[in-house]
Parts: sequence; structure tokens; C-alpha cells
Amino acid sequence: MTESTDWPLWEVFVRSRRGLSHTHAGSLHAPDAQMALRNARDLYTRRNEGVSLWVVPSTAITASSPDEKDSFFEPAGDKPYRHPTFYEIPEGVKHL
Amino acid sequence: MTAPTGTHRTDASAPPSAGAPTPEAASSTTATDPAISAAALALGDDALVLSHRLGEWAGHAPVLEEEVALANIALDLLGQARILLSQVGDEDELAYLREERAFRNLQLVEQPGGDFAHTIARQLYFSTYQALLYAELARTEGPFTALAAKAVKEVDYHRDHAEQWTLRLGDGTVESHTRMQRAVDALWRYTGEMFQPIDGITATHGINWTALQELWDTSIGETLRGATLTVPETPRSDGWTAGGGRQGLHTEPFGRMLAEMQHLHRSHPGATW
Repeated sequence: MTESTDWPLWEVFVRSRRGLSHTHAGSLHAPDAQMALRNARDLYTRRNEGVSLWVVPSTAITASSPDEKDSFFEPAGDKPYRHPTFYEIPEGVKHL
Repeated sequence: MTAPTGTHRTDASAPPSAGAPTPEAASSTTATDPAISAAALALGDDALVLSHRLGEWAGHAPVLEEEVALANIALDLLGQARILLSQVGDEDELAYLREERAFRNLQLVEQPGGDFAHTIARQLYFSTYQALLYAELARTEGPFTALAAKAVKEVDYHRDHAEQWTLRLGDGTVESHTRMQRAVDALWRYTGEMFQPIDGITATHGINWTALQELWDTSIGETLRGATLTVPETPRSDGWTAGGGRQGLHTEPFGRMLAEMQHLHRSHPGATW
């Protein structure tokens, strides 16, 4: 099998069923968006995993940097009041 | 049900003959079991043989993504073949123990993969035919309605896959355009055979083969022109045309393909794993 370095990388998002959001499933190579969608269908939904697909060029994703991890995420660590744990949950409400 | 035996004689279940007049006039007569059985064999062999040809790409496809796509198509076709051949007899016996002359597939599907353009052209021609035919079978009441209704969704995707590639290769680089045109031209001669009426489904589903061919011509013409390719003009239905697969006459590469497909089963009869 030859290298496919000419083809851009695409990130694949699959919605497993109606009502759920699209979840990142993996990535693949494809020459363009339409072919990426078809490749995604063949690679990520062949066992009935999804009802909807998104493909996004990997280059279009801006990711947070590991260097900024402390300033980005750590301040949230000691603020328990941001969690809705201080509310009394009425009886009979099972899924909140 | 008469299963064809693995011999060189013409099989007893009366496969459709090339020169037979279109029996649409006689469509009110009920098809006998042998005719339906022969039709199942023809459609099943198309699917089986093309499935094996596509499987030959495993480990050789240009990219991993495409390898999975071709394998998926091959598996869809194999599933169709199993259902169809099971209607005729024992699927394993039919697939692995028949001689070349007992197969009723189109000569188109037995053609070697060639380069990737040949594989795509072969798929475009066949999947367009299959999509149109199965849509008709699904729409009309007859012995193949249920199978076709399920299979037509798979086949639509096969056609789309081939069309997407035809557009990209035809309207791609000079090299890809040249190769795609070469493939489209080389396989054109095998497309006339697709519209020879299969008696068992003409009689039961009332398929109009002339109309089917016109739809096919329109669809293929649009795709090829959209891909900046030239639609071949060599004779297909009128002048000389390749054909005979439905009568058990096959091209040279088919014998070698069968030898590979059948050798394991013939070498180790009854082997399981």
C-alpha cells in the first residue's frame, strides 16, 4: 500500500442516535469533503454506529495547548460552588 | 428446483438465450420454477463474481480508506449472492463446485480489476445497471421484490461510490483522465449484455429491458460527461457486442479467477474453520 501523504486529514464525528450530539470517532484521509464523508461512512458506521456524520478538516480545528493546561483548567478545580451539588433534588426526579 | 450440475452441458434449468425474442408479450403467463431459478442464478452469479473480483483488492488498494470501501461493497454483494444462490440450491456447492460453463454471470463482472480506473468503470457500469434493475424489482410484485427492496439501498451506495470516483479521476489530472477514459472505453463492449432479457424476471416482474437500457444510457452519459470523459460510441446493442455470460460462455480471465476462488474448497472438501 502506498502512502497517501497528498490527501488531507479529516476528523470524523458520529451521532449514534437521534437526540445525542455528534461525538469524535477518529480521523481519516480523503481527497475532499464528499469523499471524506463516504470514507467515514465505510470506516465508522459499518456496524450500525450512527445516523449522522460530520467531517471536519483537521487543520480547521484549533486545539488548546498542553502548555496552557494550568491556566486554562486548574482554576476550575477548587470552585465546588460551580457544581449543582447544593440543590435539593425533589423526590421522584431520577435523571438530573 | 434444478440446481445446475458442474458439467459442460447446457444446464437443464433453461437459462435465457441471447436471441430469444423479448417475451413481454407473454408476460401474463406464469413463469415456471426453472425460469425463476435461472434468474436467481444469473443475478446471484453477477453478485458472487464481482464480489470476488473486488476482494482481490484486499491488501492492494491505493489507500487504506479505499480498501475498506471496496471490501464493504464486496461484502454487500456476497450477501446478495448468498440469498440468491440459496434459492437455487446449496450455496457452497454452487459457488465452489460448478465448472466455468455453468456460471451465468455477465462477462462484465468477471473482467480483471486492471488498474483502479478499470475497477471503478466496471463498478459504475454494473452498479448503475443493478440499481436500476433492483429498483424496478422492488417496485413490482414478484419473486425478487423482498430481496431487491433490501439490496437497492446497498446498490445505490455502490453506484454513488463509483460515480464519485469517476468524476474525480475523469476530471482530475491528465494521467487520471487518460486512464479513466481507457477503462471506460475498454469495458464498454461488455455493457450490451446487461440488457438481454432474463426470462424469469421479465415474466414475473414485467421488466421493460429497453426502457432500462435507456435509463442506463442517460445516467452513464451524464456521469461520464460530468467527468469530462467521452461516452464511447462503439456499437453495443446493434453491431457486434461481447456477451454470452448468461449462456455460460465466459472470457479467458474468468477460468483463472474461478481456479483461485474454488481451489481451497476443492482441495479440502468440507473443511471448516
